[in-house]
Amino acid sequence: MSTEVVRRREPWLRSMADFYLTAMRTQIQTQFQYRIPMYMYTLGMAAEPTIYLVVWGTIARSHGGSVNGITASQFAAYYIVWTLVRVMNIVFTPYGWEERIREGQLSGQLLRPMHPIHYDLADFAGQKIPWIAMYLPIGAGLWIAFHPSFHPRPLGIVVFLVAIWGAYVIRSFNQFILGMITMFTTRAGAIFQVWFLAELLLSGRLVPLTLMPHWSQSLAAWLPFKWTFYFPIECLVGHMSNTSLIAGLGFQLLWIAIGVLAVAGTWRLSVRHYSAVGN
Amino acid sequence: MRALSVAATYLRLGVLNEMQYRANFFVAVFQSLLSVGVGLAVLALVYSHTATLNGWTRSELLVILGVQILLGGVVHMSIQPNMERLVEEVRDGKLDFLLTKPEDAQLMVSVRVLQLWQFVEIVSGSIVVGVGISQLTGSIGLGHSFLFLGFLLVGALLLYCFWLILATGSFWVVNMWFLSELFEGMYQTGRWPIGVYPGWLRYSMTYLVPIGFAVTVPAQAMTGRLHWGTVVVALCFAVALTVFTRWFWRFGLRRYSGASA
Repeated sequence: MSTEVVRRREPWLRSMADFYLTAMRTQIQTQFQYRIPMYMYTLGMAAEPTIYLVVWGTIARSHGGSVNGITASQFAAYYIVWTLVRVMNIVFTPYGWEERIREGQLSGQLLRPMHPIHYDLADFAGQKIPWIAMYLPIGAGLWIAFHPSFHPRPLGIVVFLVAIWGAYVIRSFNQFILGMITMFTTRAGAIFQVWFLAELLLSGRLVPLTLMPHWSQSLAAWLPFKWTFYFPIECLVGHMSNTSLIAGLGFQLLWIAIGVLAVAGTWRLSVRHYSAVGN
Repeated sequence: MRALSVAATYLRLGVLNEMQYRANFFVAVFQSLLSVGVGLAVLALVYSHTATLNGWTRSELLVILGVQILLGGVVHMSIQPNMERLVEEVRDGKLDFLLTKPEDAQLMVSVRVLQLWQFVEIVSGSIVVGVGISQLTGSIGLGHSFLFLGFLLVGALLLYCFWLILATGSFWVVNMWFLSELFEGMYQTGRWPIGVYPGWLRYSMTYLVPIGFAVTVPAQAMTGRLHWGTVVVALCFAVALTVFTRWFWRFGLRRYSGASA
């Protein structure tokens, strides 16, 4: 009798933590079953930073060793850390929302007791563990092939470990909001592409932001993108002061707060628009 | 001949099918503009920091970019959708229906689907190639142009073989959702002259993943960088890969046991 009372009064925070841990554990076990597909996917993903790294390394070498003060081996460090950050930035895509709506899966999900973003956040957070395990050999291979110059500071490492999760949450929120567009139109793909283009150029995904023209650097300062790629990477490979490291975490928190409000708002608006499809 | 007429029939069917969805044309135009825009922005960024990349000028790289986009259009229009359908049907066991038909199975799996509107990419790739060529200083001979067109066809053939080899893997690995990601990732390497990559990567991109041959060789033909040695090697490699693909497809097909009820 008494245990039942205790269970009923279980605090919200603890039950949420319980949910997240269970969902993550399930995902870890599920994902490890599909090692070959995951490996192939990671290989395809590793092509992008390798290209950037090779191109900018070539330019740096042909210009007496550096471009804008970044040497070939610093580019190597940037893009090897990039790959890990990219793995952290795998989130539920807006294209997935298209499928959810078309196949009528959303109807079932609406019946669940929690906001749908919790399920996605927990699932993809759990997948990070196997993904990172897959990344490690690729990272090691890139390390051997490209000789990065890599001298992180202790505080940088600590902030990095927090910042990659901040990046994960920010990018999840962004893409959730983007996914909500699919509630209103079936041709949202073009809009997603514009968004991905902006991210590519303004997040530090393509090149370290300092190589971009000044106007786009100032534009990036007002947008969430750089806190998902450039900031976490720079924590490890850049020369950020202690203050700017901590301030960076503050900015991530700010974008997470904005994200929470925006997710709640867009969800309420768009779910009203949803008419069930499927069986 | 019969093979050609089967392919032509499927092509006609595909066109008719796609003509129902004409609004997709505008979506394709928009998406193609975006992706060309990204390519140009990246080139602009690179050449704002340097004058040549491994000896390639900006206009020469424009030719490579154009070829990559053009061949990407061929892949997206016909090769990739067919191969994705093949992988899906191996998993579902629907390939049974196709195998019972009297025509050659490899031909059938390669011509069934057409995403007509992706031809926009072929057009925009050609425009980029054209702009690149018009900025080149030397004149382009007729011979160069023929070589270019010839090697474009060879490039398309190589990409087809590569995709079919990947897709044949589905006879062993059932879960192949990663295929298009893997291909797209590797295909992006084709945007840059193959010479910028370090040796081990260059060789694997030429022989293991034939993207180097597919994209760089036509661009080399157009910019007058092609040696006769490369021509011979590329042609021999194309023949060898086609034969191997054929063998590998049959080898994989023997493992197929059907999954339908």
